[in-house]
Amino acid sequence: MTALAVPYSAVLDELEAEAIHIYRETAAAFRNPVLLYSIGKDSSVLLHLALKAFAPAPLPFPVMHIDTTWKFREMIEFRDRRAAELGLDLRIATNLEAVEQGVTPFTHGTHEYTRIMKTVALRDGIDRYGFDAAVGGARRDEERSRAKERIFSLREPGHRWEPRKQRPEFWRTANTTLAEGQSMRVFPLSNWTELDVWRYIQRESIDIPSLYFAKPRPVVERDGNLLMVDDDRFPLRDGEQVQMRSVRFRTLGCYPLSGAVESTADTLESLIAEMESSNISERAGRLIDGEGGGSMEAKKAEGYF
Amino acid sequence: MTAPSVTGQATGSSLTPVLRLVTCGSVDDGKSTLIGRLLAETDSVPIDQLEYARRTRRGGSTVPVGEVDFSLLTDGLEAEREQGITIDVAYRHMNLPNGRRVLIADAPGHEQYTRNMAVAASNGDVAVLLVDAARGVRPQTHRHLTVCALMGVRTVIVAVNKMDLVEYDHATFESLVGIVRTTAARLEVAEVLAIPVSAAAGENVTRGSDLMPWYNGPNLLEALSDWKPSSSPASTAFRFPVQFVVRADGNFRGYAGTVVSGHVEPGTEVVVADSGRTAKVDRIVTFDGDLERAVIGQAVTLTLDHEVDVTRGDVICETGAGQVQPADRFAADVVWLGEEPLAHGRSYLLVSGSRSVPATVTNVRHRLDVVSGHEHAARLLEMNDVGRVEVATDRPIPMDPYSLCRDTGGFLLVDRVTADTVAAGLTRHVMRRSFNVVHQAYEVDHEARTLLMGHAAKVVWLTGLPGSGKSTIADAAVRRLHAMGVHTYVLDGDNVRAGLNKDLGFTSEDRAENVRRVAEVAKLMRDAGLVVLVALVSPYRSDRDAAKDLYEPGQFLEVHVDTAVEVCAERDPKGLYAKAAAGNLPNMTGVGQSYEAPENPDLVLTGTGDVDVSVQLLVAAILGE
Ligand SMILES: Nc1nc2c(ncn2[C@@H]2O[C@H](COP(=O)(O)OP(=O)(O)O)[C@@H](O)[C@H]2O)c(=O)[nH]1
Repeated sequence: MTALAVPYSAVLDELEAEAIHIYRETAAAFRNPVLLYSIGKDSSVLLHLALKAFAPAPLPFPVMHIDTTWKFREMIEFRDRRAAELGLDLRIATNLEAVEQGVTPFTHGTHEYTRIMKTVALRDGIDRYGFDAAVGGARRDEERSRAKERIFSLREPGHRWEPRKQRPEFWRTANTTLAEGQSMRVFPLSNWTELDVWRYIQRESIDIPSLYFAKPRPVVERDGNLLMVDDDRFPLRDGEQVQMRSVRFRTLGCYPLSGAVESTADTLESLIAEMESSNISERAGRLIDGEGGGSMEAKKAEGYF
Repeated sequence: MTAPSVTGQATGSSLTPVLRLVTCGSVDDGKSTLIGRLLAETDSVPIDQLEYARRTRRGGSTVPVGEVDFSLLTDGLEAEREQGITIDVAYRHMNLPNGRRVLIADAPGHEQYTRNMAVAASNGDVAVLLVDAARGVRPQTHRHLTVCALMGVRTVIVAVNKMDLVEYDHATFESLVGIVRTTAARLEVAEVLAIPVSAAAGENVTRGSDLMPWYNGPNLLEALSDWKPSSSPASTAFRFPVQFVVRADGNFRGYAGTVVSGHVEPGTEVVVADSGRTAKVDRIVTFDGDLERAVIGQAVTLTLDHEVDVTRGDVICETGAGQVQPADRFAADVVWLGEEPLAHGRSYLLVSGSRSVPATVTNVRHRLDVVSGHEHAARLLEMNDVGRVEVATDRPIPMDPYSLCRDTGGFLLVDRVTADTVAAGLTRHVMRRSFNVVHQAYEVDHEARTLLMGHAAKVVWLTGLPGSGKSTIADAAVRRLHAMGVHTYVLDGDNVRAGLNKDLGFTSEDRAENVRRVAEVAKLMRDAGLVVLVALVSPYRSDRDAAKDLYEPGQFLEVHVDTAVEVCAERDPKGLYAKAAAGNLPNMTGVGQSYEAPENPDLVLTGTGDVDVSVQLLVAAILGE
């Protein structure tokens, strides 16, 4: 075939430059932007890119975490450590009302739980602080219905996502004007793939929670998923046994909703190798959108990120 | 919004790492099948999605269950999946075996979506244009070619698909390609490549074809892997739109942005195109340390060797022949995206790079028939139309010809009320450089005249329904002011229409132009030192906002004469409402056309109140009491 080859790093350079461009546009064009930080690998990359975009100045806007109170304990430790190391202006949004009412992933269906603890908390957090733009780590390769998502994705009053109102995107030029009540979601990683994220983490030595690496962890097998018993709030069903198995997570979220994969990949190199050979879309492991390809779209119309 | 690499040069002999591809074709030409196969055979699709395409079938599919229906891999949103059509641009990635990344913008095939096609092509280096070998070249094919050429796509790969249906016949291929080449030549497409394929059978997609021994060229995958910009890049002139001013400890002040054309090194002399101020580049700063050189596509922060005024939106560029001069009138091609047609005279926000500036479309020269290439006289452009227009910006800005650089030659027009993007514009040439109309400064200036007049000058804009009482109030107020020794003039809508604006009617475009002219005349009069009262229906908010934009804060008062439409119709001093009721005045404000009340007027007067009270309020506001 062709004699010339493109080094992976050159692809990453271009993706990086694009993301930085988007960040700078966001910081300059909006009154009160925020970085939505969900602690996972994509967020770690997002944060790293944000530091690059404004260097030598610090991050010019706050960081917000939607805390459902059901995240892995290690995630919260990681979040607080990184925030302290980097001097981040960290805001935490939790749907406290729902916590008091006893909403948990075990008492409510995953869809309903996600709506209440994530979507509602996100909307409330954005409204409370008056953010007009929220930067998130969504990528177009995550799911087919994301293929049409814009980089600058408009939200109507009430955080509604309306496919018909989405703005056409030309060149590097973004229309960042907002009419009354509108806000923006911004996705600097739109054109990245999951593998790009990992390769970039490797190249840039980006700190990520160790939950991504295989280690013996206490898990139970439930409905074909391996769930980690991260604390004593996890109610065991009759006959369920907690076992130590070598597992890792492809995506991090609420621990009762994050399926683990059995793996021995305990370094970035082995993890990337394992991923290259499996080639399954990562959302396959996320319980919240198991209901078929279009369900993400329905959630987005409600205001899910 | 993705970063186009088209104005770039492949550095040395290496390949551009990311290739931006646009795919287009008429419905059922087999585009989904072709792209789906490319994605699948380059392992660019996750296994579970392949499985889905093996199990699922939609109506009309001829692919047996158990085999992959490639067309399903490129499906998008729920709604259109149900309808089985694609209505919006979809973005996907593909990994080529040589490591190159292809970012695909997949444009829908339906003909009414010229605008989506334009979006997809706006970043494209290469277009894959499908032609159905059995059905032949169709109007859509010409449309797609035209839009690709317009948006600056360099290379068009004509994939003549379904060759299996014409028995892989060479002559059929050649005759179809001949037609496409003729159109491409007229459109000055830089490079055309033609490949005979069968998406369904996989011939010449990611492998060669034994069934078409007469074809010796590359298969589609090879063509994409080896692509390089054919001719020398359009421009190597350095362009750097400033996005963000970085301030940090130790007096650090840098200008963050992306090099969109050319390259720069420390020591290079540059000019801030907006102000004409020059400086030398001191450092090229990045998180990972300073660079010796920044090239197209790199996002960096520049520092300059001495303080010059630079703000977001300014373009830093090279000095000398490659410098771009600010201007305030441009000829441009626009693709109209908005549901409301283009209105000339209306003020939009022109967004180019990081800059936004109020602008008006002052003239529509022609509409382009994107199928035949003919230019038709037109006054309006509607959604999905492409046409040549003249644009006037409120202040001079540096714009490159689009052919030189997409980022500094392309712009968006944004509706100032809805914030929607209503047009994408491609600057063709400058019509009036601001140095041709250098503003002449006179010794006796506005301050001097104000001193002589003994009072401040102002424009008072009375807006309201016909018959609301604007003229009555203006008349009484001017009598009062005149008696106080204040120099005044009234610009009355009806009177101006008898002279200066007698060429204008009452459509929304003509109303916009009417308002624009009155606002400019009022500005001259204010400059002369007068207190100018404008009594004009001016029903549209955006038109009034454009008028207001001509003035500094405090120079312009917006006054709403607020009278219920029933009262106005009852009074009907000029018999207009009666005519409208009889159907003889289709564009009558308040009857056939709506009136958009000011949202934050400086003053509201009720047209049914005591005129003396209104006059008192108005005079107090004018004299700043
Ligand atoms: N015979 C033949 N049929 C094809 C070929 N490519 C696509 N088709 C068929 O043409 C129809 C339309 O294909 P699709 O990919 O959905 O077209 P799109 O509307 O352009 O995306 C489907 O029935 C395909 O199976 C080809 O190379 N040969």
